[in-house]
Amino acid sequence: MLQDDGIAAVLTAPSRQTWMRLLSRAPLQMLEAYLADLAGAQPRWLRRPESGLVMVQGRIGGNGERFNLGEVTVTRCALRTDPERVRCEHVGVAYVLGRSARHAELAATADALLQDPLSRARLPTDLLTRIAEGLAERQAAQDEKARATRVEFFTAARESVGEPTEPPPS
Amino acid sequence: MYVAVKGGEVAIQNSHALLAELRRGDPALPELSAAQIHAQLRLAVDRVMSEGSLYDPELAALALKQAAGDVVEAIFLLRAYRTTLPRFGYSVPIETTRMRLWRRISATFKDLPGGQILGPTYDYTQRLLDFALLAGTPVPPAPRAPAATTAGLCPGVLDLLDREGLIEPQPLSAADPEPIDLTREPMRFPAPRAARLQNLARADEGFLLALAYSSQRGYAHTHPFAGEVRFGSVEVEVIPEELGFPVSIGDVALTECQMINQFAGSARQPPQFTRGYGLAFGHSERKAMAMSLVDRALRAPELGEAIESPAQMEEFVLSHSDNLEASGFVQHLKLPHYVDFQSELELVRRMRAADTVQQSES
Repeated sequence: MLQDDGIAAVLTAPSRQTWMRLLSRAPLQMLEAYLADLAGAQPRWLRRPESGLVMVQGRIGGNGERFNLGEVTVTRCALRTDPERVRCEHVGVAYVLGRSARHAELAATADALLQDPLSRARLPTDLLTRIAEGLAERQAAQDEKARATRVEFFTAARESVGEPTEPPPS
Repeated sequence: MYVAVKGGEVAIQNSHALLAELRRGDPALPELSAAQIHAQLRLAVDRVMSEGSLYDPELAALALKQAAGDVVEAIFLLRAYRTTLPRFGYSVPIETTRMRLWRRISATFKDLPGGQILGPTYDYTQRLLDFALLAGTPVPPAPRAPAATTAGLCPGVLDLLDREGLIEPQPLSAADPEPIDLTREPMRFPAPRAARLQNLARADEGFLLALAYSSQRGYAHTHPFAGEVRFGSVEVEVIPEELGFPVSIGDVALTECQMINQFAGSARQPPQFTRGYGLAFGHSERKAMAMSLVDRALRAPELGEAIESPAQMEEFVLSHSDNLEASGFVQHLKLPHYVDFQSELELVRRMRAADTVQQSES
């Protein structure tokens, strides 16, 4: 899992897994702002955006044998970028939680462009950084608010501990 | 048996219209949006997702709106919708030890690595109605405390006992068998634990709660301690067929309960603690805790315990846990049974007539 990737790692040499993870969590407005122009009016679809189900598996006791917990909605698509528009031809794939076809389309476009150094240059350089920062902010807010509720429970000790509670038998 | 009836189209249409009007309520008041339900009735949304067995907060909120707040009806709507979607496959098994925590408590260890994090809980509220909410007073932001970057991630409490060998080990075969999927195959008895857990994960919270309570009161002996309850978000990973490597596609909120139970030991095993496990979508603490108690009770045959109580009877528990099936069968009694009833009526009349003849003859 990539949960602990720092922003610095994202900046230097992101792996495809790293950027796909980030793109799946990017707010749609941000993707629109960065990618709408590059996405093109008519993507060449290898698989049009479709929503479906993925069965989430858990493990018994957290680390034992697998069991099926329940399903999540997922939207996926695959497209080929237009070499006329972006001077490269790559297949972009997106799998994102939820039912937003547009989110999947924009994420797949970015996935295609990020695979080629030439086309990567056509992407706004701070796209992944901005997504990573936004995600880090949301996670920090959660961690810090949770942390403020951290509690130290004390076992209440009786004041008479170590002393006889009853008068000694005479 | 019921026989098809015809007619009533207009009445049914008008009933739909009336239902819609009553759902909307007073038009002078602003209409509730699904986004508001998602944001402000999050626990109702979580329950619908958990028992609807489909994680999609927007759809669950919509279902609640459409069902005018009837949770079981909303679950029905969500389950019906899921049948319209194709199945892409299975996730990589989620790792709850890597949960980004909102809450994590243990009733068995006061000091534990990572600490006790109360998070958002009703546990320590005084259950006094807050009339400020009637007035709609703004809510101040929750306080923050500096947290290390990995503050949210911490190992499970049961690892502590595991290291000492005081709790049963979690069996994990090298083959890591594919679990049964009850959305594809019917339940068969005796059911493997994986099938039982899938059933319980989508089971009615009230039903599980009552069974769990019965086990605490002496109908089955679970002797439970809440080893750990945690609520937070977990990454969902899939291995897309066109890529062949795992991709993290988003986060889901989950509640997990690790229940620790007494076990006196057997001929083969020394005395040790045993486990009950609960896992549910969203912030569903009551559900996850009840599930873990029922899971443990249902392990009776495996642990050589006598099956004496309802919570231990898997066929009873697993066949009646689904509120959709239960509600459907109970409520189908409202459907026209006119012919059925006429024949029963006829039968009772004939029996009484026969009785009268017999009495007059004797």
